[in-house]
Amino acid sequence: MLHYFTLILVCQLVGELLTTTLRLPVPGPVIGMVLLFCFLIFRGKIPVALEQTSDALLGNLSLLFVPAGVGVMLHFKLLEADMLPIGAALIVSTVLTIAVTALLMTWLGRRAGSPAGDGE
Amino acid sequence: MQDLRDIWVYLSASPLLHLTLTLVAYLVGNWIYRKGKMNPLLNPVLIAVTIVVACLLLTGTSYRDYFDGAQFVHFLLGPATVALAIPLYRQFEKVRRSGFAILASILAGSLTAMATAIGIGLLLGGSNDTLVSLAPKSVTAAVAMGISEQLGGLPSLTAVLVILTGILGAMLGPFVLNLLRIKDWSARGLALGTASHGIGTARALQVNDVAGAFAGLAMGLNALATAVLLPVLWYWIF
Repeated sequence: MLHYFTLILVCQLVGELLTTTLRLPVPGPVIGMVLLFCFLIFRGKIPVALEQTSDALLGNLSLLFVPAGVGVMLHFKLLEADMLPIGAALIVSTVLTIAVTALLMTWLGRRAGSPAGDGE
Repeated sequence: MQDLRDIWVYLSASPLLHLTLTLVAYLVGNWIYRKGKMNPLLNPVLIAVTIVVACLLLTGTSYRDYFDGAQFVHFLLGPATVALAIPLYRQFEKVRRSGFAILASILAGSLTAMATAIGIGLLLGGSNDTLVSLAPKSVTAAVAMGISEQLGGLPSLTAVLVILTGILGAMLGPFVLNLLRIKDWSARGLALGTASHGIGTARALQVNDVAGAFAGLAMGLNALATAVLLPVLWYWIF
C-alpha cells in the first residue's frame, strides 16, 4: 500500500512540476490523475494494493473538503453584504448547470443509440 | 483555572486538537447523513463545517490557527484527485464509447455555469469583485482561485464560493436529476462533477460507481474548459 501511495504522490509531484514549468491551465493533481490513468493503461489492470489505497482516499472524499469549507468564516461580512446576488447566482446557476449537462448527455447518448442506464 | 488555561494554550498550539475536531465533526456529519439514509440535504460537509465554525467562534480561535492543524486533512485532496484515475479506468470502455457526448455535455455545462453565474450576479447588482470571484465557482478550488486571481477577484472568497457551490450541487443535484427523469448513471455523474466538482464527485461515488467515475472525469475536464474559456468570456463581456 505504501508503494502505491508513493506512486500517487509521485504522479501529483510530476503533475505539479509540469503545470508550473509549462504554465498549464490545469492543477497539478488533475495532470497527476492523467499520469496515473496512463500507468493503468500500461499495466492493463488495477493492482489490488492500489485499489485499496484509492478506496481509502476516495471513501471519505467529503472529509477532505471540511478544512477549506471552514474558510467560510473569513467572509461572513462580504457574503452578508452581497447575499442576494451571491445566493441566487449560486443556487440558480448550479441547478441550471446540472440540468443542461445531464439533459445534453442523455440526448446525445440516446442519439448514439447506447442503451439507457438503470435508475436510482 | 490556571492549569486549565495552560492545557488549552498547549493544545491549541499543536495540530492535534484541530485535526481531531475536524475528524470528529465529520464523523458526526457522516453519522447523521447515514442515519438519514444518505438524504442529499443532510450533506456531511455542510454539517461538519457548521460544527467546526461554531466551535471556533465559541472559543475565539482564528481560521489560521485552525488551518495549521487541519492542513494535514486538506493536503490529502491532491492525492485523492490523482486516485480518481482508478474509478475512471474501471469505466474506460463506457467513457470511450461516448467520448463526443461527454465532451459536448461538459462544454455546454461549463459555459452555462460561467454565463449564468455572471448574468444573475450582474442582474442582482453584485459588485465587480463578487462577480469575478463568483464566475469560476463550479471548478475545483485550486483552478478557480487561480482564475479569480488572474481576473482581479478575491481568491479566498472564490474558495468559499466553490465549496458552497459544491455543497449546493450535492444537496440539490439529485432532486433536479430526479425531476428531469435522468436515470442514466453516466449523465447523472457527469452533471454533478461539472456543476459541483469534488464535493459533487464525493456524493456520486457514494451512490454509484459509474456516476463516480463520470463525475471525476467531468471535474477534471471542466477545470480545463473553464480555465481556458472564462478569461476570454470575461474580457468579451466587460
